[in-house]
Amino acid sequence: MLWETITLAIQAIFRNALRSFLTVLGIVIGVAAVIAMVTVGQGSTEQVTADVEKLGTNVLMVLPGAEAMGGPTGTADAMLTINDVNAVQDEIGTVTLAAPISQTRARAVFGNENRRTDIVGTDNRYLEAAQWDFERGRPWEPGEIQAGKPVCIIGETLRAELFGTADPVGETIRIKTLSCEVIGLLRSKGASTFGADQDDFALMPYRAFHRRIAGNTDISTIYVSVREGASMERATEDIETLMRERRRIRPGEDDDFDVMDMEQIATMLSGITDILTGLLSAVAAVSLLVGGIGIMNIMLVSVTERTREIGIRLAVGAQANQVLVQFLVEAIVLSLIGGLIGIGLGLGLGLLGSNWLAVPFRPDPAIILMAFGFSAAVGVIFGFFPARRAARMNPIEALRHE
Amino acid sequence: MAEMPLIKLRGISRIYGQGEAMVRALDGVNMTVHAGEFIAIMGPSGSGKSTAMNVIGCLDAPTDGHYLYNGVEVAKLTSDQRALLRRHYLGFVFQGYNLLARTSALQNVELPLIYKGLPRGQRRDMAAEALKKVGLGDRLHHDPSELSGGQQQRVAIARALAGNPQVVLADEPTGNLDTKRSVEIMEVLRDLNRDDGLTIIMVTHEEDMAQFADRLVWMVDGRIERDGPTKRPEPSVGVLEEK
Repeated sequence: MLWETITLAIQAIFRNALRSFLTVLGIVIGVAAVIAMVTVGQGSTEQVTADVEKLGTNVLMVLPGAEAMGGPTGTADAMLTINDVNAVQDEIGTVTLAAPISQTRARAVFGNENRRTDIVGTDNRYLEAAQWDFERGRPWEPGEIQAGKPVCIIGETLRAELFGTADPVGETIRIKTLSCEVIGLLRSKGASTFGADQDDFALMPYRAFHRRIAGNTDISTIYVSVREGASMERATEDIETLMRERRRIRPGEDDDFDVMDMEQIATMLSGITDILTGLLSAVAAVSLLVGGIGIMNIMLVSVTERTREIGIRLAVGAQANQVLVQFLVEAIVLSLIGGLIGIGLGLGLGLLGSNWLAVPFRPDPAIILMAFGFSAAVGVIFGFFPARRAARMNPIEALRHE
Repeated sequence: MAEMPLIKLRGISRIYGQGEAMVRALDGVNMTVHAGEFIAIMGPSGSGKSTAMNVIGCLDAPTDGHYLYNGVEVAKLTSDQRALLRRHYLGFVFQGYNLLARTSALQNVELPLIYKGLPRGQRRDMAAEALKKVGLGDRLHHDPSELSGGQQQRVAIARALAGNPQVVLADEPTGNLDTKRSVEIMEVLRDLNRDDGLTIIMVTHEEDMAQFADRLVWMVDGRIERDGPTKRPEPSVGVLEEK
């Protein structure tokens, strides 16, 4: 009898091909949209986390200002100094390297070519801590750092822009009023997850930067590398204690600087991707809803025809439950077909999207189940309840239904 | 001892609504039907003839009274029990045909047999046979939309016959048809009554069609006013000659 019921339901599905198709379509759209979007969103989040981890989990950044990221910035908190950098490196045992970073944006010019780029004042400790390799040329010599000589190390993007195919080492570029000899070219790191070009910069000794570019001696960031295996929390606390001393912050007063580790940065970045995933999911949820409304409409529009059909079946001797089981099976079969196509399509689109954005393909079984469950529930509820109402009528009423 | 009547109604009433809106569609109907009868129920609109048909056909339950089917009280059955009664003993023909759309004539006729739990092969054979009997042996695989009104009504008759019922109930079976088709449908019903001994109860408002029956029940205001043999001076002579 069950097999008979399933056969009947499948016959009914084919008999009402258009209605069945539209119902299935609603489920497919809803399920596929949610799965595709969430899959791509989660892949992106994972990519961001992986990228940040690649930077090194043993890296800390010291920034001036109580709220370095977000919140009111630009307050007149004192900047950092080169002495702070040296103190962090020398006085904290777990710190292997602390590098000064002073940064601005300016135009670099060579011949007829020019490009606005990041101008960074630092020293060799940064090259080591951030694990830059040389494509050509050499790092600075201690004398060049000491004297603040105008000698630059540039990234691949700036080189390509200014020099085309030529070798930049030995040439002289102009940054603002400073003529700067290129002594090195760093190996490309490519784009970051957010598409930011990591090779678009010119580095110079911090003294040269302070004197000729910035006109002050401020350090905007201390880039700290902590010994492998050492506790990051411990190092963070040590740096905070040291900096509070150096900046003469009384007990009870808030820090006017911030020590961030990569975990925090990762959290912040994945917070951003989470927001993106959330937005995508919201769009997907709307698709799900639209799909659901589509199913609902189809089911409601066909209520009259279905009610009459139920009336006929009752009149020729069907019992209410037999009719209900048939309609329920019909709704379940449609939902299964739609759900499976939707899952397949969603995973396919998710895979395409992941490849296109170069992020890992990460389908989430929970989301797949949820999307499928929602659409199937809509299909079953709106297929089943009108049928139940009709099956409870007396057959004559159902037959006369307008 | 007289043969037990197939259907016996005693004091049947059917009341819709309550209070001021109360309608007595049937008001104490007494009626007896023996196997093999061909009965026409007539009466003005609102006289309760369709309600009587629905109660006799177990599509509706009476509010009060006794209904003996083959000597068994069925007035108080549940809707599922009434469904079983319809499934095994009754067949229906409606004014509006009430066939399943986009479904072949054969499958439409098969429908009651499915609920009888018959295997597919046997269903097919019985359905095809019923369709042949009503003269549609060459239209088994046509959809209702490909058939004329008269043909659709024959499919409906075949569906009513397919399960070998004891009684066929027809509610205005010719109401949507022109005279020629109507006569054809009535001839099919009359042949089933005469040749197969099928009991037929038909509601109609057309005097000509009622003449095909042997007995006429005339209803007014939910009561049976007259009940007796149809007068057949020369039944529907004019119509028949016209053919």
